[in-house]
Amino acid sequence: MKFKFKKYSPLPGFGLTFGYTIFYLSLIVLIPLAALFFKSFSLTWHQFWDTVTDIRVLASYKLTFMAAFIAALINAVFGFIVAWILVRYQFPGKKFIDALVDLPFALPTAVSGIALTTIYSKNGWIGQILEPIGIKTAFSPLGIMIALTFIGLPFVVRSLQPALDDLDLEVEEAAACLGANCWQTFYKVILPAVLPSLLTGFALAFARGLGEYGSVVFISGNMPLKTEITSLLIISKLEQYDYAGATAIAVVMLIISFVLLLLINLLQSWNNRRVNNGGVN
Amino acid sequence: MTDNELIKLPVDYLPVHVQASVRETGLVKWLLIIISTLFLGFFLFIPLITVFAEAFRKGIAEYFNAFSDPAAIAAIRLTLITALIAIPANLIFGLAASWSIARFNFPGKNILITLIDLPFAISPVISGFIFVLFFGLQGWLGPWLAENDIKIIFAIPGIVLATIFVTFPFVARELIPLMQEQGNEEEQAAMLLGASGWKTFWKVTLPNVKWALLYGVILCNARAMGEFGAVSVVSGHIRGKTNTIPLHVEILYNEYNFVAAFAVASLLAFLALLTLAVKSIIEWKYKHP
Repeated sequence: MKFKFKKYSPLPGFGLTFGYTIFYLSLIVLIPLAALFFKSFSLTWHQFWDTVTDIRVLASYKLTFMAAFIAALINAVFGFIVAWILVRYQFPGKKFIDALVDLPFALPTAVSGIALTTIYSKNGWIGQILEPIGIKTAFSPLGIMIALTFIGLPFVVRSLQPALDDLDLEVEEAAACLGANCWQTFYKVILPAVLPSLLTGFALAFARGLGEYGSVVFISGNMPLKTEITSLLIISKLEQYDYAGATAIAVVMLIISFVLLLLINLLQSWNNRRVNNGGVN
Repeated sequence: MTDNELIKLPVDYLPVHVQASVRETGLVKWLLIIISTLFLGFFLFIPLITVFAEAFRKGIAEYFNAFSDPAAIAAIRLTLITALIAIPANLIFGLAASWSIARFNFPGKNILITLIDLPFAISPVISGFIFVLFFGLQGWLGPWLAENDIKIIFAIPGIVLATIFVTFPFVARELIPLMQEQGNEEEQAAMLLGASGWKTFWKVTLPNVKWALLYGVILCNARAMGEFGAVSVVSGHIRGKTNTIPLHVEILYNEYNFVAAFAVASLLAFLALLTLAVKSIIEWKYKHP
């Protein structure tokens, strides 16, 4: 039997559109990305290992991971509350809040970066309240966390909204009839049902935080070992024409991104399977 | 029927003690709304207001002064040129990709969809860096390009390429799920009635996806005009030549020229607000066709 790549369809244009899709994808994304991996093969293992375990690089990983993780955690908690009120309640200004949630997607990162820095620096609106009581936000790890919280919020809210919308009120009623109180209903019925969506949102926000550059670079102060994130380290290696060093760090970051992407895909297919099975369990 | 009534109806028939457990008290409701408003106020609203407040800090004359700078005008021009190339390129790709993926069955489809989403998973700095590795002086094509006097990195083509890369998935990812959901019955009917492939596409497919298409384009545009990390790596920051609006904002800010920095940034903030407004309108159109 002759092998047919595509199954029969009455519509035309598969060859043209599929061919163009693969061509353009290769040209813009795959070949340039491959260049990065090939470049990394030109390093010896020793060179590679020394670069990526340099004390300054390790400090930047630790900072980037911690800040992205805490920011994603803050977003998971507050993003849940925001998604909840948007799905469940009617109140004045709801449409405005719903639209505002997408601001971090729409506002260029450099703009949010300089705005946040201005607010949280010594003379800024919030900085002048926090600084006298001993909380330094701008030019400290706390500032990086604030910037990453700003960037990650829409991911959690937008992942949770459809899941909360799909929740059957009858299940909550059943829980209540069986004697559950508000809190029990929340963590035994609602939370397990929306968990895949919550985790997806968390992972998306975390992944975005790891790679973020524009909004962080202004507020972080960029002190080596203290407030230098990994993305910035790649740029400073590039500025010193240390392409090998930049490549090594970039490859590590890229592999972490790919693992996270895989994880997010798995979470989403878990979610889809549960939805398609017709129930929340 | 409003959402509120939908929620209220079944609960009202339940015994009082069950009602209390299902429907949070008014106190809890307003507490949650206040927490959300404060959180969003601090994290989203204040930064947005700050951009405009700082831009107009020294009055309207100073504000407009920022735009008389030739470097600012050059940056605006370069940003517009970049967006004008990147958007059509990704639009054509998005249409081709969604047609082949949503209208035909072939093995490896899910892998292809994941690959299309790939640029979203990659840090902007790395997105710019891969083009430096490819076209830069120490890169693969670098020596050949230098010999033939073609400049890509630290020049406009590099900026356009990096922008196309970071905005690559926007149109495709809006169209693919929608077209998969719609199915191809309408197109089949059109073909059966004798329409050509092109005619079917123009008269049946395109009108069906026009809002999703517009949505993808405005998101693509917002990112194309606002991209900072990737463009910063490939641009070389030559004032008046390879600076886009966000890069110009960075330079002004680092020179402590705050009013001008925020004035130029307010253009981008205004674009963001416009994007959100169009997005809300499109969502409303979806719900009320």
